[in-house]
Amino acid sequence: MTAFSRTDTSLLGRWWWTVDRWSLGALLALVLFGIVMTLAASPAVAERLNLDTFYFARRQLSFLPVAVGVMLFASLLSPVGVRRIGIAMFIVFLGLTLATPHVGVEIKGATRWLHVGGLSLQPSEFLKPAFAVTAAWLIAAGRMAPRGPGYPLATVLLAATAGALLLQPDVGMALMITAVWMTQLFLIGLPVAIVIVLVALVAAGGVGAYYTFGHVRSRVDNFIDPASGSDGYQVARSLEAFRSGGLLGRGPGEGRVKEVLPDAHSDFILAVVGEEFGIIACLLLIAVFAFVVVRGFGRSLRHDNLFVVLAAAGLLVQFGLQALVNMASTVHLIPPKGITLPFVSYGGSSTIALAWGMGMMLALTRERAGMGMPR
Amino acid sequence: MSRRAPRARGRQPAQLVLPLPVNGGLSPQSPAEHGRLRAVDVAHTRLVVVGLCFLLAFCGVVGRLVDLAAGSDPNLGLALANSATWEAARGDIMDRNGVLLATSLPTRSLYADPRDVIDPEHTADRLVALFPELNRSQLLARLTHDGRFAWIKRHLTPREQHAVNRLGLPGIGFRDDQRRVYPQGVVAAHVLGFTDIDSRGLAGVERHFDASLGDGEALRLCLDVRIQQIVREELLAAVREYRAIGGAGLVLDVVTGEVVAMVSLPDFDPNHRGRSDDDTRFNRVTQGVYEMGSTMKLITAAMALDSGAITLTGGYDASQPIRRGGHTIRDYRPQNRWLSLPEILVHSSNIASAHMALDVGGAVQRMYLNQLGMLSPLALELSEVGAPLVPGQWRDINIMTIGFGHGIAVSPLHLAQAVAVIANGGTFMPATIVDRGDRLPEPKPVLSAETSRTMRALMRLNVIMGTGRRADADGLRLGGKTGTAEKIVGGRYMRNARMSSFIGVFPVDSPRYVVLAILDEPQGNRSTHFYATGGWVAAPVVRRIAERIAPVLGVRPVDPADVPRVTGPDGPDRRRHLLLASLRTAIADTEGWRGAPR
Repeated sequence: MTAFSRTDTSLLGRWWWTVDRWSLGALLALVLFGIVMTLAASPAVAERLNLDTFYFARRQLSFLPVAVGVMLFASLLSPVGVRRIGIAMFIVFLGLTLATPHVGVEIKGATRWLHVGGLSLQPSEFLKPAFAVTAAWLIAAGRMAPRGPGYPLATVLLAATAGALLLQPDVGMALMITAVWMTQLFLIGLPVAIVIVLVALVAAGGVGAYYTFGHVRSRVDNFIDPASGSDGYQVARSLEAFRSGGLLGRGPGEGRVKEVLPDAHSDFILAVVGEEFGIIACLLLIAVFAFVVVRGFGRSLRHDNLFVVLAAAGLLVQFGLQALVNMASTVHLIPPKGITLPFVSYGGSSTIALAWGMGMMLALTRERAGMGMPR
Repeated sequence: MSRRAPRARGRQPAQLVLPLPVNGGLSPQSPAEHGRLRAVDVAHTRLVVVGLCFLLAFCGVVGRLVDLAAGSDPNLGLALANSATWEAARGDIMDRNGVLLATSLPTRSLYADPRDVIDPEHTADRLVALFPELNRSQLLARLTHDGRFAWIKRHLTPREQHAVNRLGLPGIGFRDDQRRVYPQGVVAAHVLGFTDIDSRGLAGVERHFDASLGDGEALRLCLDVRIQQIVREELLAAVREYRAIGGAGLVLDVVTGEVVAMVSLPDFDPNHRGRSDDDTRFNRVTQGVYEMGSTMKLITAAMALDSGAITLTGGYDASQPIRRGGHTIRDYRPQNRWLSLPEILVHSSNIASAHMALDVGGAVQRMYLNQLGMLSPLALELSEVGAPLVPGQWRDINIMTIGFGHGIAVSPLHLAQAVAVIANGGTFMPATIVDRGDRLPEPKPVLSAETSRTMRALMRLNVIMGTGRRADADGLRLGGKTGTAEKIVGGRYMRNARMSSFIGVFPVDSPRYVVLAILDEPQGNRSTHFYATGGWVAAPVVRRIAERIAPVLGVRPVDPADVPRVTGPDGPDRRRHLLLASLRTAIADTEGWRGAPR
C-alpha cells in the first residue's frame, strides 16, 4: 500500500492512487478462487478425456498471468485510450468473428474458434467488451448531437454484431450484447415506453430463436421437462451436487459431480464449488460478483463524462450478466446457456477477454480531474 | 430520440440535484454543457435502477441456493458416489419355513486402473507373489491394456485386502462387490441353480427370478429343506446300493401343487459350480423326459373309469399278447386269463391296459392327457423344463402303448402332477416351486370325485397286495404304483437299462402328498434277488421317505395293531378271497373307516 507515495506523479504512482483498489482486489480474489477451482474440478474432466491430469490446470495457470497483465495494462489507459483501442479491437474482432464460420473449427455444433499459431482463439469473446465500448461511444455521441449519426450508427453496430454472432451461431451471446446495448440506451434516458417495446422485441427474438435454432429449442424444452435429454442430465447432477454439499460442503477434492459432468471445469463449475465448499462459499462468490458490479456502478456515478458512464456500465452489465446467467443456469433457474463463470471457469479466450474488459472498466472509473462531485 | 428531452426535464429528483455547480461554480454553464450534465444525471439515476435490478437478480440466485441447501441430504453424495459400482444386494432365497438357501455376502474385489499403474511389471510380480493362482502374463496384459478398468481378483478376504494394501501399489483399488453363497450346499442345487461371478442368475430360480432378485427382493420357495434333505439321503442311498447312474425324487403337495422336495442325482454344489459338469447340472425331475412305464396305467385306469369305459368290476382278457403292425404287446408276468380292473393294476398288465386305452379311444385319451397337463411343457418357475415327446400321429398302436406308459415321454414332475389330480379329488393344480401361501390358482376339475376315490382305493390295493408291497409304510395308508420302463438306447428297448420308479400317495383317506422315486439304470443285487424293477428298488425308497417325512409334515400314522392283516383261506379260491379282502381293506383305508386321527 505504501509502495507509492502520494506525491509520486509517475504513471504507476498516479494509477495506484486513482484506480479503484477495492474492485481490483475483488477481481484478483476471483482470479485466485478460479485457480483453486480449476485445480479442484479440471483433473477429473481431463482424465475422462484421456488428457494429462493437469492439462486444463496447466493451461489455465498459463492464461491467468496473461489475463492479469492485460487487465492491469488496460486499467492504465485514459478514457480516450480506452475508446481508441476499444474501437480498433472491435473492428479487428468483428472481422475475425465474421471469418470464423469459414475458417474456424467446429466444436459442439458451433463454429466459434480460430486456430492461430497453435493457440485457439474465440474472437466473439473479445468482441463483447469491444462492442460495449464502441456502442457507448456512438450512443454518447448520439445523445450529445441528436441529429448526428450517433444513434443510426449505434443501431447498425448492434445489427452487425448480433448478425455476426448469429452466424456462428451463438444466440446467447447475441442476446447478451443486445442487453448491453439496450441498457446503454436506457441509461441515456430512453423513454420507458420504448424500453418496454424493445424488451418485447427481444422477447419476440428469443421466441424466434426457439423456432429457428434446434439447439435453443432443445435447451428450452429440457428446461421445461428436465427428464428429457442430455442437458437435463447435467442440470440434474448439478442440483444433486448442491444438495449433497449442503451448507459447508463435502470438503476440497471430496466432490463427485466433477467425475460425471462433462463441463464441470467450465460451465458447471459452480456445482463443484457447491459440492466441495458448500452453499456458503457459493454465497460469498455471488457477493464478490455483486460487489464488483455495484461498486463499479457506484464509481461511475462520480463521473460526468457520458461515454465513461455508458462504457463502464456496459462492461459491468456484460460481466454481471455473464455471471448471473451462468449461476442461474447451474441452479436451474433458467435454461442452460453455454457460458463461463467470469474468472472462475476454465477458458483462455473468455478469461483474457474478461480481464481486458474489466481492465477497461477500472481505467474508466479511475478518479481524475474534471470528475463530478461525489453524490 | 429527440423527443426524449422533455421527458427528462420532467424528472424532478434529477433536476433537484442539477443546480449544484459541477464545475466548481467558476464560470456560468453554456447551454451545451447544461444539456450534457442533465444527460449524465439521467444516466446516473438510471444506473442506480440497473444496479438495483442486478442486486435483485443476484438475490434470486442466492434464494435458489439457500433453497437447495435446505433440501440437502448428507447421504446423497454417498449414493452418488456408489451408484456406479454398487447396486442393491441380491435378494435372499429361503425355503417355506424361512431357512436361508441363498444369500449374498458383501465382499471387496481388486481392480486396476491401467493408466495409474506406474510399473506394470513390478505390480504384476508383487500381485502374483501374493496370489499364486494369478497368471502373470494375463495379469500383465490387463495392467497394460488401453482402458481405465480391469478386474484383478474378485472377492478378497479381509486378510487378503490387508496384504494388498500393504504392497502400496499405485493404480489398483478395491470395489464393493457381492458374492452368492448357498448355505445348504448341494441339498437344493437344481432348484436354486446358480449365478455367475457378477451375481447374474444362470440356472434354476436364480435365473427365472433374476430380475426381482437383482432388485433385492427376497424369494420364498415352497421347498422344505428338511424334506429335501430326507429325500436326497434316501434316494442317494438307493442309487449307491443299486449302482444306478442317476435318480429323481419328488414330494408334491396334492392340494396346492407346491413342490415340497425335488432331488435330481447326481447333483452339484452351487458354491463350487465350476467343478460340476453338464450331467450333474441336468435336472432329471423337470428337464428329463422319459417313458414312464407302468405308472402311466394309473392314468389310463382313471380316464377309463371317469369316461365310463369301465367300472370297478369290469376287466379284459389278458390271455393273448396283442400283435399290431409288427409290435407285440406282452405282459411282464403273464396271468393268461381275464383280469378285473383291480387285478390289472395289481399285476400291472400291459395287455389289459392296452385294451382299456383302446376302449377309452384316442380323442378322449388325448383330452384327458391334455387336461392332466401331460402334453404341454411345465409351467414351472425354472428355466430347465423339458417338453413332452408325444406321437405325431395318434394311431391305435400309439393309443395302446400310451395306455401302459410307452410311446409318450414326460418329465417325472408331469407324472406327479397328473397323479396329484387322481389323488386330490380330481382337480388340476399346476406345480410350483414358489410358496403360494393362500393365493392358489383357480382349480380346474378334470376327474370326478368318485373316480378319484376309486383310484385311491386301487392304488392302496396295489400296495397291500400288488407290485407296490415294499412301499407299504407302517400306518400311513400309502397307495401307489410301480413302473419299470426299458430305456431306448440307439432306437431299441434295452432289457437291462431301465428306469425303475414308484409313485405313491399318502394318506389315501385324505391325500396330502405325492412321493415319487425314480432310479436310472439300477442293478439288482442279492437282497433284491437280482431284480431291479420299480417294485424292488424304488418302492422301498418311497416307503422310507414317507415314514421319515410323515412326522415332519404332521401326517399321523394309525396304530399298525389296529390294521387287520389280510389273510385268506388256503385252497383254490385263495386268490379271489385275498383280492376281495384286500380290496375291502383298501376301500376302508380310503374311506377312513377307523376314524383315524389326522
